[in-house]
Amino acid sequence: MARPFFEFGPGQNAAMTSAVSILPGAQLAVLNAAYRAAVARKRLRLALAAAAFLAALVVAALGAEVNLRTLFTYFGNFISYFDRILTLEDGTRVWSNPAEWFWGWRKWLWMLAETILISYVGTMIGAVLAFALNFFAAQNTSPAPWLRFVIRRLLEFARTVPGIVFALIFVIAFGLGPMAGVLAIAIHSTGALGKLFSEIVENADMKPVEGVRSTGASWLSCMRFAVLPQVAAGYASYALLRFEINVREASVMGFVGAGGIGQELVVAIRKFYYSDVSAILVTIIVTVFIIDIATGWLRGRLFGGDARA
Amino acid sequence: MSQLPKPDREQLRAKYPEMFDRPAPSRLATPAMIVAAFAVFIFGLVDLDFSPAKLFAGLNQLGWITLMMIPPDPGASLPAYLSALGETLSIALLGTTIAAVVALPFSLLAARNVIPSGWLRFPVRRAFDSIRGVDTLIWALVWINVVGLGPFAGVLAIALSDFGAFGKLFSEAIEAADRKQVEGIRASGGNALHEIRFGLMPQVLPVIAGQVLYFIESNTRSATIIGIVGAGGIGLQLAEQIRVLEWQKVSFLILMILVAVAAIDWISGKLRFAIIGQRAVA
Repeated sequence: MARPFFEFGPGQNAAMTSAVSILPGAQLAVLNAAYRAAVARKRLRLALAAAAFLAALVVAALGAEVNLRTLFTYFGNFISYFDRILTLEDGTRVWSNPAEWFWGWRKWLWMLAETILISYVGTMIGAVLAFALNFFAAQNTSPAPWLRFVIRRLLEFARTVPGIVFALIFVIAFGLGPMAGVLAIAIHSTGALGKLFSEIVENADMKPVEGVRSTGASWLSCMRFAVLPQVAAGYASYALLRFEINVREASVMGFVGAGGIGQELVVAIRKFYYSDVSAILVTIIVTVFIIDIATGWLRGRLFGGDARA
Repeated sequence: MSQLPKPDREQLRAKYPEMFDRPAPSRLATPAMIVAAFAVFIFGLVDLDFSPAKLFAGLNQLGWITLMMIPPDPGASLPAYLSALGETLSIALLGTTIAAVVALPFSLLAARNVIPSGWLRFPVRRAFDSIRGVDTLIWALVWINVVGLGPFAGVLAIALSDFGAFGKLFSEAIEAADRKQVEGIRASGGNALHEIRFGLMPQVLPVIAGQVLYFIESNTRSATIIGIVGAGGIGLQLAEQIRVLEWQKVSFLILMILVAVAAIDWISGKLRFAIIGQRAVA
């Protein structure tokens, strides 16, 4: 319940120090009533929003076949699943015998290297395409509004369709193998980077462009000497960030047959090679950590502290 | 222009030596990096079996596929697709909500201004990082092993991977909260729980609400793909139609996903605006 500002009986009032002055009762009652009304209104709104949200949740739970009682049973299974993937075939814990745990490290490291290469090549292609397209998508450099509209919709399409959907289609068009994964990542990165790049260009200062143009330079020189120095650091920073995200993305491309470590992981999970699952997961997590730290360091090194997206 | 005296190059060079003679390392650093990046790129193309013949054959094939996609046509399975889309939205909503509810108490443990001791904070943060390091699809595969095929595995996969993301974001929001209000609560005699409830939460909740809405939006995308490994929703239909080469249905499903994502974008944009006003989130 809403609590009023002051609600002192006559006895308590006398006990207070004289420095606190209490408003006369009639005036206080008005204030308290207004306060209560305001709080009640706010709480009613909150309660209505909560009720609507709860109703949506219930509908969603019915739609997704969620059953709270089974959730608890299943949660036990989840814990025991982790218990199983951390146990070797001879019943001992995985860390007691690392050589046995990581028995396939040579193969896994190769596939991991392939994963990183997939994301690197994909990011490169995506960044180059985004670089080529972003001047058409940015408001201040685009030659024509209709061109800008078309390019923007294209980029939007490329970034909204998930990379793995592209991979599924490309596997059919280009055949199984890392090429489909690279192209899927490239298209998705083009969409994401194209938007970010064009936003950087839109934020660029146009005064250097005027300065360079006033010396009689061509459009190309304007871009090269006035725009590029402003935006290059931002481009590289976003491209590095994208590379980091793409490594994660490339680690699952193997699920649909598009190369990388995902292939090995999905086989291990589906065939219940428990200790292999945990070993591959650990290698993926460690790799992602290393790449996170390395790209973070590189960004800091290249562009100073504030370049972090 | 011609009235201006032609600047003497030698004189300028003598006056501003640093403009004309940059030291070799700083001059060569950028080209060297570009050459190195390009070399790795070429190596990658070779190592990953790229060949022009393969590329053109594939592009040709892709062109045919695109032609066969037109016009998008659901055939007789429109009701099934609509219910799959509903399932996807349900997965996104439920997964995000579960993640947010579970992550909130844990994020307190990872916030510097709530738990000053690094001994507890560090492992919690590393746990968040590890969970985030694994893609949602992988979690979906793991959950399918635990609870079987179906949308429930999808809900749990989204909940788990968002738990990692929310833990980090929430704890950052809590650390950014103003210290003074917490001190005010303590000065009036509140205990640690009071400080969190009345000092931190009023500041943090609007930020968190914005982030949760943003994640519901982005999880609509994630939820579309976890179906590909069998965790329910529209991704399941999409993967099946791609496997049986029903391209008109594929393009219809992709269009449905695009429209749904745009609609959710729009709604959550409105809601976020209503909750936190003009302030930008995430």
